[in-house]
Amino acid sequence: MKIRPESETDLAEAIATAHGPICVRGGGTRGVALDGDVLETGGLSGITLYEPGSLTLVAQAGTPLAEIEAALDAEGQRLAFEPMDHRGLLGTSGAPKIGGVVAANVSGPRRVSVGACRDFMLGVRYVDGTGTVVKNGGRVMKNVTGYDLVKLMSGSWGTLGVLTEVSLKVLPKPETAACVMIDGLSDADAVQAMAKALGSPFEVSGAAHIPVGLDGHPVTMLRVEGFAGSVAYRADQVAGLFGGMAVRVERDPDAVAKGWRRVRDVEAFHGQPGDVWRVSCTPTEAAGLAARIGADALLYDWGGGLVWARVAEGTDVRAQLGAFDGHATLVRGSGQAKFQPDPAPIAALSRGLRAKFDPKGILNTGLMG
Amino acid sequence: MQMPTPDAHVLSRKAQIVARLQEVLPQDAVISDESETRAYECDALTAYRCPPLAVVLPSSTQEVSAVLRVCHEMGVPVVPRGSGTSLAGGALPTADCVLLGVARMYDVLETDYDNRFIRVQTGRTNLSVTGAVEADGFFYAPDPSSQLACAIAGNIAMNSGGAHCLKYGVTTNNLMGVTMVQMDGTIMEIGGKHLDAGGYDLLGLICGSEGQLGVVTEATLRILPKPEGARPVLMGFDSNEVAGACVADIIKAGVLPVAIEFMDRPCIEATEAFAKAGYPMCEALLIVEVEGSPAEIDEQLALILEIARRHNPVELREAKDADEAGRIWLGRKSAFGAMGQINDYMCLDGTIPVSELPYVLRRIGEMSKEYGLDVANVFHAGDGNMHPLILFDANKEGDLELCEAFGADILRLCVEVGGCLTGEHGVGIEKRDLMVDQFAPADLEAQMAVKDVFDPAWLLNPAKVFPLAASESRRSVALAAE
Repeated sequence: MKIRPESETDLAEAIATAHGPICVRGGGTRGVALDGDVLETGGLSGITLYEPGSLTLVAQAGTPLAEIEAALDAEGQRLAFEPMDHRGLLGTSGAPKIGGVVAANVSGPRRVSVGACRDFMLGVRYVDGTGTVVKNGGRVMKNVTGYDLVKLMSGSWGTLGVLTEVSLKVLPKPETAACVMIDGLSDADAVQAMAKALGSPFEVSGAAHIPVGLDGHPVTMLRVEGFAGSVAYRADQVAGLFGGMAVRVERDPDAVAKGWRRVRDVEAFHGQPGDVWRVSCTPTEAAGLAARIGADALLYDWGGGLVWARVAEGTDVRAQLGAFDGHATLVRGSGQAKFQPDPAPIAALSRGLRAKFDPKGILNTGLMG
Repeated sequence: MQMPTPDAHVLSRKAQIVARLQEVLPQDAVISDESETRAYECDALTAYRCPPLAVVLPSSTQEVSAVLRVCHEMGVPVVPRGSGTSLAGGALPTADCVLLGVARMYDVLETDYDNRFIRVQTGRTNLSVTGAVEADGFFYAPDPSSQLACAIAGNIAMNSGGAHCLKYGVTTNNLMGVTMVQMDGTIMEIGGKHLDAGGYDLLGLICGSEGQLGVVTEATLRILPKPEGARPVLMGFDSNEVAGACVADIIKAGVLPVAIEFMDRPCIEATEAFAKAGYPMCEALLIVEVEGSPAEIDEQLALILEIARRHNPVELREAKDADEAGRIWLGRKSAFGAMGQINDYMCLDGTIPVSELPYVLRRIGEMSKEYGLDVANVFHAGDGNMHPLILFDANKEGDLELCEAFGADILRLCVEVGGCLTGEHGVGIEKRDLMVDQFAPADLEAQMAVKDVFDPAWLLNPAKVFPLAASESRRSVALAAE
């Protein structure tokens, strides 16, 4: 059965009266298919408040991401955390909704410099597993009033409540961008180069390494963004950090945007066979960890802090990695649990929270442990 | 401000409790003599004082765990304390509590520039975190005004901000991992050296939970490369409205200054009399600071000044060198000290949507007349975090109560226009009873349910954050269970 409430009140009623499991769905692009009735949030749509001068946007959870991005673009602003579009990688269709972005804490290449989706979240309204409407946070940038359930809801994949409204901090869109590219580095050397760039004062807003680039050779990408004069200056400064290496600078902003969209959406893996894993790790350990995985293809983002790996179907990447500081998520494939199991004391707290927020145990059952 | 009646059953067992604590800690780490516990009777909200039953000063995570196990077993409330600089009464003891101070835990445990983090014990002061890395060109971004004294433990408990968070965010945006001890003594690691912790965002939940969910003993903090340079400009305007419009236009133009500070006329006059920074006498003054190389700073300032000129400023002052930059910041940085010279003052901390600035300032002015108490406004304009300073006379009968009532009205006004009670100081006891103005019962219930999970007996800092009436049933169940 499919439920598509048109208001928060209806959504709360649907959950309060539900007898069995509910599978929460925004745009359905992130590949979550679970047992139970499908609860679509698309009926709760629309931007409810946008104040460019306050860098604040509030929208109903079912608002298409594209609608939000268009509204921001018209004012020269954007979602700085650069949410990825999963459609190409997962082979899904439909239109991503802002609630899904928040529920999965979807954050792209700029996460390494400005933070994740959760860092831009100012407030939420949600319906918990009993059908109770709860609000937390608000629409202002500094708020320490009470516990931060906004962060808890971000990235909880609809297992603690169904988001009905989200409030976000937005940022100005930079005038232009440039990308410093280093050719031919080994994975280990690339990670060192990215650490050097990210540790410089030149505000590098993206650091990725593609072991097999479009031309078949490795390329390391370092992005700078801002006002034209500043970008020109910083691109030169960053390039200057790598004397003796094969360095070039892409200064056409459209080409830069296209290159980083390829990284953001992991385009190199689109249409390629196998499972896709996402490993969050200490950046300088990335190359060593990646070598433990028998991967068909790799992509390093976040200066190495995020490793994308394409592996043969059914591969237990967690077993290959062994113990490390971080965690591995199965993004595409079904042979393993999607999320890395938490250590015992954290798992106990997570179970406790879930039992409080969803005592009937009906929200996205089976997801997140 | 009321605190719950101390638990007589706890008070009567003081000797046994102290003896058990002495079994698990070194001799000098347990303080129970009343002449010595008095030193811990309050934090920076000095209007409220109460010596604790005992004070413990553990030196390691294991010792913290041992203390908490004892208190958990004996049903004794625990109030955690960083450096005791809370303006909200977050570390105010109760007569039946063990006050747990982390002041002896201040080591730097690991510094890693390639991965841009530092791991410290949480008794370390905020400024000394930056001190540990600045020679190598790095800094820790959150910079609360009390940064010389305040501890990282308290920064995490209150999710502290500072003047530069418009660009760099607050504590929660710069915290990568913690070692935390739960009330039952369980030690856990949350997050770490990687960017995103797995599972639910417990790190985000703990940050800002005011010491009610666990005691954080170690923290992995993000450090950032220092910008090449920074430079402020000062602008004076003949009305608050115009200054507010100028702030909005700067932000809309795509510039992201590291700081936009706002002072109104009463504040300008007081600081001028005190610090003689040479500020223009006008209705509203902005200090805007940008960062980068000299050329980048020129590029941003040119745009900012062009916007400012469109608003007919009565004064525009650029800093030609470090000396002039220092003079521009001088008055702002001495604002609180200047107010202290004039009178006792109460510092509020509400946040409002930036667009509501002129209206809120006008209303505060009207209320100031009604209450007969002067107010000076100084605040972080870029993010709407206001710090109205209400002047009163602590020696005058009834003045503190009048001041508190006025403060509560200002905070209700902040909530009414879409803002919140506290932007960076925390709820503590100060704003505890106003929570019902911002939150519906279901909203508070959801937050209290989180505490039920982390601290089922409600022993950690129990009389804070939530209105006493709202938390009473939970606290009394805890007492009955002893």
